[in-house]
Amino acid sequence: MELIRDLVVQGAQMLLVVLLAPLVTGVVRKLKSRLLRRQGPSVLQPYRDLLRLIRKDVVLADNASWLFRSAPYLIFSTTWVAAALVPTFATGLMFSWSADLIAIVALLGSARFFLALAGMDVGTSFGGIGSSREMMIAALAEPVMIMIVFVLALLAGSTQLSTIAAYMVSPAVGLRVTLGMAFVSLLMVGIAETGRIPVDNPATHLELTMVHEAMVLEYSGRHLAVLELAGSLKLLLYLSLIACLFLPWGLTLPDASAWMYGIGLAAYIAKILTGCGALALFETAIAKMRVFRIPTFLGAALMLGLLGTLLLFVSRGF
Amino acid sequence: MPMFLLLSGIAALLLLAILAVVFSGSRFATRLVYGAGLLLSLELLVVGGLHLLCDAPPLALSLPLGLPWIGAHFRLDALSAFFVVIVNLGAAAACLYGLGYGQHAEEPSRVRPFVPAFIAGMNLVLLTADAFTFLLSWEFMSLVSWALVVVEHRDPRTVRAGYTYALMASLGTFALLLAFGLLAGPNGSYGFAAMRAAQVSPSVGALVLGLVVIGAGSKAGLVPLHVWLPEAHPAAPSHVSALMSGVMTKVAVYAVIRIVFDLLGTPHWWWGIVLLVLGGASALMGVLYALFESDQKRVLAYSSIENIGFIFVALGLALAFRADGFQAAAALALTAALFHAFNHAILKELQFFGAGAVQHATGTRDMERLGGLIHRMPVTAFCILIGCVGIAALPPLNAFASEWLIFQAILLSPSLPQWGLKLLVPAVGALLALAVTLAAACFVRFFGMSFLGRPRSEAASCAEETDGFSLAAMLLLAGLAVVGGLLPGVVIDALGPISTSLVGRHMPVQASLPWLSIVPIAASRSSYNGLLVFIFIAASSGIVASAIHVFASRRIRRAPIWDCGYADTNPALQYSASSFSEPIRRVFGPILFLARTEVEMPPVGSVAPAKFKVHLEDLIWQRLYVPVTGIVMTIADRLNVFQFLTIRRYLSLVFLALVSLLLVLALWS
Repeated sequence: MELIRDLVVQGAQMLLVVLLAPLVTGVVRKLKSRLLRRQGPSVLQPYRDLLRLIRKDVVLADNASWLFRSAPYLIFSTTWVAAALVPTFATGLMFSWSADLIAIVALLGSARFFLALAGMDVGTSFGGIGSSREMMIAALAEPVMIMIVFVLALLAGSTQLSTIAAYMVSPAVGLRVTLGMAFVSLLMVGIAETGRIPVDNPATHLELTMVHEAMVLEYSGRHLAVLELAGSLKLLLYLSLIACLFLPWGLTLPDASAWMYGIGLAAYIAKILTGCGALALFETAIAKMRVFRIPTFLGAALMLGLLGTLLLFVSRGF
Repeated sequence: MPMFLLLSGIAALLLLAILAVVFSGSRFATRLVYGAGLLLSLELLVVGGLHLLCDAPPLALSLPLGLPWIGAHFRLDALSAFFVVIVNLGAAAACLYGLGYGQHAEEPSRVRPFVPAFIAGMNLVLLTADAFTFLLSWEFMSLVSWALVVVEHRDPRTVRAGYTYALMASLGTFALLLAFGLLAGPNGSYGFAAMRAAQVSPSVGALVLGLVVIGAGSKAGLVPLHVWLPEAHPAAPSHVSALMSGVMTKVAVYAVIRIVFDLLGTPHWWWGIVLLVLGGASALMGVLYALFESDQKRVLAYSSIENIGFIFVALGLALAFRADGFQAAAALALTAALFHAFNHAILKELQFFGAGAVQHATGTRDMERLGGLIHRMPVTAFCILIGCVGIAALPPLNAFASEWLIFQAILLSPSLPQWGLKLLVPAVGALLALAVTLAAACFVRFFGMSFLGRPRSEAASCAEETDGFSLAAMLLLAGLAVVGGLLPGVVIDALGPISTSLVGRHMPVQASLPWLSIVPIAASRSSYNGLLVFIFIAASSGIVASAIHVFASRRIRRAPIWDCGYADTNPALQYSASSFSEPIRRVFGPILFLARTEVEMPPVGSVAPAKFKVHLEDLIWQRLYVPVTGIVMTIADRLNVFQFLTIRRYLSLVFLALVSLLLVLALWS
């Protein structure tokens, strides 16, 4: 019985993230448009875009290899597995022990590895520029994630995301300066990793400022649909991660009754919508920065993370 | 019995080296040497592997060889057995590869005799149990590998590489000689057993540690003693480069573990700091050098330095934990170091084999002249892709598992009481995190430039897939990299006896855990399951792919490249290897390499091409080696007058020397 319930929770979570991901993108776009006093597309537009894309033919460059054709599926599946391991509405996911937070970060790294390779497959200068910049951003953003993991793991005594989330919801946490540092650097790195303003502009097609768009420039049809979905999924993953770590209230703990799951779900939706609102507000208020300002931005995040870790090495009291 | 099998296998390898000289003219020489080498290293691999897996007690043997009143002592314990496995796994793969690759060598008779001798030398180092035999085998290994480095001796760069290597290797052996001298103590007992029993004073211990770091660290390629490595490893034929980079560096790691963990007795807590600092510096500097390099084999050599850095960081942690009495944590860190050594040996060999195949197919190692090889060499490309994903430490492959263990060990270190370690370990952790992600960038660049895109030269556009033996060797290693990533618990359990004997505890037994997970300390702290992650990834890609194929349009139209409507037809306009690393160069270059760029624009109206130059300075070479060589040269110049003295002066010099020596002797007592 317990096994079935765990399986249902895990399966529901996997489905939920995939179904919810385009909506998050839609909501952010809608909110941004409204903030700019535009009407904006419907929040369901990303779903329509995906449906339209998968009905279209794939136009493949003459010299595209097998790697180019299989990369979208690999990128999507690694992102999906990572997203499925982040607690959304309930902790104690059935397979959460199969990969801890370090492994989740590394799974996203795998997705990015293949995305960067796919960008270089056809041999265009745009693809190369996108891959090169993406790897530069990643090379600075991923250490920040590791530092954040260190802070959380030192506090919670575990790198398991479920355990950390359970610790964060318990009264043992308190107000800590290290958690504040980890929170700020997680926000910064989340923005960089999901390619939002000010690091990358998801709406741009101006050549010199593209990063993510430059890598997927040669994709079309169903391949592009899968990649777009993977991109939305990554945004949702980061929102869920921030929600489950720093806004853990309402998270359903293991062996709770059925209606608790309902509350958990409602709380989750509310948190994600809040996150979308904050992101839209932030993106509207700030200008995109030059590519070579990004190292400074991420360097600050890295220093915050490192400082947090150092403080915790010195004393658990911080 | 195992000892006899191992030593006779080594003797047979040495005999094979002689046979290779005798039959050097024969048509079948290549097959004979590499075929027999393959069989012999498989034999050694099986014997060593069985000893390790059966957790057999240590075996010792002494033979009346070498110095007459000492004899040669040999000993096979778990640590030696594990490194015997690494060396002979690598050697077997290299021989299999050599069966194909050796056929198209230009001067095979310069290579063939030395390969079995090199394998024998490395095996001997692992089995010796007294200082004299150890140093003799160590020097034999260095000398034979030197002969392999200078195979293409007509190239001045190779000569220079060989010269640097010979110098650094002599320095290393000299340092090891002094280290053993200190360990032997006043009684002058050269056997490892006696050294293990004796206790050295803390100051002598520190001196030995320093000498071992110089001696074995220079062989392993630890920054700043690494300068010879990126010159020498790539200069050798590719299967030898693979052996040197993948396996010989591990023999050096063995020497460090043997002396520091086994012979030196109780460690002092700050010894860990030495290894942590050097390891962290090697990890970061190695990968940055690799990122700014465009020669394939040099990239791989620099990446070896990075991985050696990881191993030394883990060893430093193990030393610190052991000194402070945290046995479980020490077992975790030591196991992580050994596991990473195993993984790196597999992956680095795989990649050097691939680089060799590419070099044979295209005649170049310069990534700026390659591209598009995934179409011409699909199997090689697939194997190298696995190697790149593995060495970038991405799940679910093997190096991720070992680097994950290293991070877990770092997370245990706040319990260390010393402030120096408390402040240093998180900083080293940040360096490692940076090195891991830079390695991912480095290998995206490596694979993307060589195998993806459009061919950048004529040679790359008409490359042919390499021969069957080479492919078999690469597929074998790629398979091992995958299996090691999916079932890391098997390797970790096999390493148990080693950490029990060296730090007194071993990691929790992994085989009994459900679902084949790995758990470093306790399941509530952390666990990772490569197999399950792999199954999840495979299943979800399957689900997506089948859903797409049911619901989506399945049509594919081939068309010219889109590239925002302006498809540049010239492959030279693609992103190049140096432009790929430009953003990272802008971040790290100005500080660590004093990077500057020079742009020369022709005046308006002129048709001269614009020029763009990047200057990078190797600060370690400039600030450390150039002054030292300068001082040595100056002293040599000053001493040069002694070469042209008259016989009377020489005689008076001899007399003076004698008198002063006698004086010293008189004052001493």
